[in-house]
Amino acid sequence: MQHSASYNIKFATALCVVCAVIVSLAFEMLHTRYELNAALDKQRNVLIVSGLADEDEDLSREEVEARISNIQTVIIDLQTGMPVTDIDPGTFDQRKQATNLLTSREAPDNRAQVRRLPEHVMVYEARGSDETLSMVVLPIEGMGLWSTLYGYIALDADLETILGLTFYEHRETPGLGGEVDNPRWKALWPGRRPFDENLQPVISVIKGRAGSVNEDPYNVDGLSGATITSRGVDHMLKFWLGAEVFGPYLQRIKQEREAS
Amino acid sequence: MANSVKRTLVDPLFNDNPITLQVLGICSALAVTTRMDTALVMSVAVIAVLAFSSLFVSLLRNQIPTSIRIIVQLTIIASLVIVTDQILKAYVFEISKQLSVFVGLIITNCIIMGRAEAYAMQNTPSKSLIDGIGNGLGYGIILMATAFLRELLGSGSVFGVPVLPLATEGGWYNPNGLMVLAPGAFFIIGFFIWIIRTWKPDQVEAD
Repeated sequence: MQHSASYNIKFATALCVVCAVIVSLAFEMLHTRYELNAALDKQRNVLIVSGLADEDEDLSREEVEARISNIQTVIIDLQTGMPVTDIDPGTFDQRKQATNLLTSREAPDNRAQVRRLPEHVMVYEARGSDETLSMVVLPIEGMGLWSTLYGYIALDADLETILGLTFYEHRETPGLGGEVDNPRWKALWPGRRPFDENLQPVISVIKGRAGSVNEDPYNVDGLSGATITSRGVDHMLKFWLGAEVFGPYLQRIKQEREAS
Repeated sequence: MANSVKRTLVDPLFNDNPITLQVLGICSALAVTTRMDTALVMSVAVIAVLAFSSLFVSLLRNQIPTSIRIIVQLTIIASLVIVTDQILKAYVFEISKQLSVFVGLIITNCIIMGRAEAYAMQNTPSKSLIDGIGNGLGYGIILMATAFLRELLGSGSVFGVPVLPLATEGGWYNPNGLMVLAPGAFFIIGFFIWIIRTWKPDQVEAD
């Protein structure tokens, strides 16, 4: 039916207010639960990338927590690569740090399109029974086509090989860029070599098909139909594993390894 | 009365199915039907959104100004979709991750706006609610049937439970890769349309 313009405006305003209240209420009631799920999913991804859980294994909260306790969380100062002990890993939030001007710095020019780098980063370190380091899991992030991809890469303690790569959050196109979640693609990563002899990241995501791990250890197949997402993965690995981000930390790990 | 309620509910299943007759909501039908569990959650989400959007639009139908009715419907639908998305993230996180953008895209599912505009704007709330549920079921039944065939032929399982022993794991069944890809759903849905129109020839469009 026809109404006056003022009626239309009043109706639209009232509807917007009611809908906004409903949406906010739903968020208020559900967000803690959702955040718990998201945190658990992150830990599950750490387990998967470090080989402590299978991709399709259905783990309860208790199991995830039990297995994650085999891996140590260490907060490191990104610029020095040294561990810091005055921050509680339980409440540490890297993304909050990175958006806070006091706890972050402008990122050096990079192709992963990361704007700010946090002062501190939480890494995971696994140790063998004799307390020697056996593996590190590092958080990585960078721009794909539509969204920032957040993930983890696991490296062995010699920094010779990649043990796994996984993304726990992204909004790439399902079926194209979203195939970064495809277990078959992820299975291409273990065994590849991340660095050259000077600890420069050389691992590349290439167009087309890379050879087997033994023949072609520095390259991984790009995802077909997802050139920009593939390039994004390539750029973010080169940036985060490079001298400007995890360089100091990786140097320290290597030196400690050689000293022992 | 009881008869007309039943017709409103059951008609969209086969006689006036939103996917096979009206050919609406195809995008999500292709995207979320590789596995039955995601298809089930998607169906339930669409049924819920469709039922409530029809109900609310119908409750407000005499107050909604004609000149802004589409955006009003869209606001109601969008709010319902956001709430549904929140609930899925809180209670079935894994599946909501697999459904990714498609829950959000329920907003653009033509079935929902189609029912709000074509039915709920003219009918009483109770009838609109039933119409919403019926159309949701019509969408869901095609989704589940498609997902059943795709998961069975594409991955040899039903609801994630292996049924056909896969050749890669020592069985005899060689999974059909086409079924896992979106074009597989095109073939299956086309096949359903063919079956339904053979069974009910009055649905065949004139040339």
